[in-house]
Amino acid sequence: METVTITLKAVPDLYLECESVTPDKFAGKTAAEIAALPCSVGKCNYTLGDWFEISGRPGATAADTKIIVNGKGTDKCKYFGAWMTAGEVVVNGTADMFTGAWMEGGKLTIKGDVRSFSGLQMKGGEMIIEGRAWNYLAAAYRGDWRGMQGGLIRVKGDVGSDLGTFMNGGTIIVEGNADIHIGTHAEGGTIIIKGKAHRRVGGQMVKGEIYVYQGCDVMMPGFKKIEEREIEVDGEKHVFNVFIGDLGERHSKSKGEVIYGHLYTLKE
Amino acid sequence: MSEIIIKNGHVFDAVTGLKGDVADVCIKDGVIVDKVSNAATVIDAAGKTVMAGAVDVHTHVAGPKVNLGRWYRPEDKFRLGERCSAKLNPNTRIEGGFSIPTVFKTGYEYARMGFAFTMEAAMPPLYARHVHDEIRDTPILDQAALPVFGNNWFMFEYLKNGEYDNAAAYVAWILRQTKGYGIKCVNPGGSEAWGWGLNCLTVNDPVPYFDITPKEIVDGLITTNEHLKLPHSVHLHSNNLGNPGNYTTTLDSLKIAEGHTANNNFGRDTVLHHTHVQFHSYGGTTWADFESKAKEVMDYVNKQKNISIDTGNVTLDETTTMTADGPFEYHLGALNHLKWANVDVELETSAGVVPYIYGKNVKVCEMQWAIGLEIALYAKDMMRTMITTDHPNAGPFTRYPRVYAWLMDKEYRDAQLNGFKWSSKVIDATTLAELDREISLYELSQMTRAAPAKVLGLSKSFGGLAPGMKGNVAVYNINPDNMLKGLELEDALSKVSVFIKDGVKCVENGVVLEAEPVVKKTYWVNSSVPDTKQVIHDVSEKFLKYYSVNLANYEVVDHYAPNQEIVEV
Repeated sequence: METVTITLKAVPDLYLECESVTPDKFAGKTAAEIAALPCSVGKCNYTLGDWFEISGRPGATAADTKIIVNGKGTDKCKYFGAWMTAGEVVVNGTADMFTGAWMEGGKLTIKGDVRSFSGLQMKGGEMIIEGRAWNYLAAAYRGDWRGMQGGLIRVKGDVGSDLGTFMNGGTIIVEGNADIHIGTHAEGGTIIIKGKAHRRVGGQMVKGEIYVYQGCDVMMPGFKKIEEREIEVDGEKHVFNVFIGDLGERHSKSKGEVIYGHLYTLKE
Repeated sequence: MSEIIIKNGHVFDAVTGLKGDVADVCIKDGVIVDKVSNAATVIDAAGKTVMAGAVDVHTHVAGPKVNLGRWYRPEDKFRLGERCSAKLNPNTRIEGGFSIPTVFKTGYEYARMGFAFTMEAAMPPLYARHVHDEIRDTPILDQAALPVFGNNWFMFEYLKNGEYDNAAAYVAWILRQTKGYGIKCVNPGGSEAWGWGLNCLTVNDPVPYFDITPKEIVDGLITTNEHLKLPHSVHLHSNNLGNPGNYTTTLDSLKIAEGHTANNNFGRDTVLHHTHVQFHSYGGTTWADFESKAKEVMDYVNKQKNISIDTGNVTLDETTTMTADGPFEYHLGALNHLKWANVDVELETSAGVVPYIYGKNVKVCEMQWAIGLEIALYAKDMMRTMITTDHPNAGPFTRYPRVYAWLMDKEYRDAQLNGFKWSSKVIDATTLAELDREISLYELSQMTRAAPAKVLGLSKSFGGLAPGMKGNVAVYNINPDNMLKGLELEDALSKVSVFIKDGVKCVENGVVLEAEPVVKKTYWVNSSVPDTKQVIHDVSEKFLKYYSVNLANYEVVDHYAPNQEIVEV
């Protein structure tokens, strides 16, 4: 795999929109061609060369290309790795909104935090967040009804609210705690929170699994405990309380059995 | 003194009768003239197509329901896939949205396609101020708006009692109050019946409480319209939209125009404009045996001389439907379970907004696409048939070039037809595959320029290149001697080579140069018919008893609509 390293030269006043920073856009280009790719700050057009020092060379295909983003001020850059389909992106720092949004494949690693709307409506690939994530991680965009469809997101820190709204597939693993509105309207997929969640977990979910190891501060009223069961999650076995819900919603049936969403908390 | 001469272009213009003849078009001070001096700016149009600025007869680009769509569909801006940052232009405002674009994008996109005038097709009188606010902020385009009358309590009472003097006086009053242009009628009676949880599905279903039928409403509105001698005919969205088997209701609605003759000084000879006929030409009884009745409807339209139609072509996009047909939107929301918004406009109308995805893998959507094209291809009189997408209901207006290309290139539309998942079923249930007709550039200039201008009563200033008309000229990179096909044709039609609005060059090669120097005008009709005592009494009584606003807060005062162009009748 060939590596391109881009280093931010200055901290932008407004936010720098870097949807060009993906292996798909870089693949097969010379350093000069990469420097000519567009980016923008507010309403003003720039090129990547205006903002980044570019070294190294990309591979012939996206899958063969790795991009390393360095420099102070990456937290003022949006859209790193958005719409990427293959290859690898590593951000050595915090990234702003829409990081890895609409991602379809490849691997995206953020060494710091990510801000809201990251991993939005993700379809595939893998995203590792070593810090914490803000709100709307892997959610559907505001107003949209199509959430995450596939892929894996692992967050080492805490996450904000509205995690995995309208989730329809894929897996989100959070090592820390979560705020409110987790897996709202979920239609599939798995959310694993190894800490605790604040409240309103799984509201209006019709399918899918949500694990909240340390439990929720307040449980939604639409959930009913059905059993206690030992389950292997993320390589470890634990005994969980199993809840079904959200009973306030209309659920579909498969082979005569009603499909419910499942919520699991660790048995004390 | 600005002078422009567009030299050696192939001119297509139904008003002067030029069918691709090489000719020069001269503009002086924003008006088309016979000749200009040698100092005129020369635009070389050799090997290019020259037409007048286009006119959109039916579109929803301003007003409360459009804005409701913007509010509740923030995700709409991502429908283009990637964001539009690549198109940032220092001379224009930021553009956003796809099916419900911002007002700025609306103006720029229309200008890029060569449009000079658009008609906002449904203005609730109560919210006319909002409509004019948005019209004011839409750059470049001349615009007008049609207030809705089809579910208005005043009109129900006057028409039920045959008080045409009062009906005419009330319409004239509303046009003055709202700075409106003509009479729009959406689902006559049905939207009011929706207040009772009901609908009017045929022209003979009575409206609850008012006991008036849609037939009486439309007939009364036509009589009122011709009594007032308004420039535009009654603009009808008839009952039973979008249901299988609704073509009989459509024919019944069109038959109401029989026996009426046009009475006006604007060169209009139609009395009824039926809009988005595609949604009204369905046969069958359920979505399973759903079939096209485009031929039956168009046979009737071709035979009658006093009605006009627009198509309402489905463009196979994800879009946002919005109409004053409240019960239909409820029905649609229950079909697709996405989102539903419903609005009641007091004594006047209702409205609904629902996102809709016209999927290429959904049989019904594929059929709707085919029916829309059939309607345009069956038309015999292009001066009474216009192309629209009922923006944004059947698709965004930015897809007009694609619709034109489908109509002008059989190969292109057949490729789409055969690419469908259910293509064999669509071919069985429609006649599109048998239609070999290709719309010519001249017919296109009729359908998108001369015909809408004539039907709207604007034929003295829009839709043609005769001396004295407004200096709106669009030049396309299309050489009629070497006609483009398919995608290339679509591309050429979506990016004008040059667009001149009122003698100002405002678009070049698809890039908006400067929007500011173009003075956009708001057209409205000032009728000389005075208020009657009965109307004055009814208005003050109903405002006191029922309206949530004061009469003084109802009128669109002048500062809401700068740059008015008043059409005196």
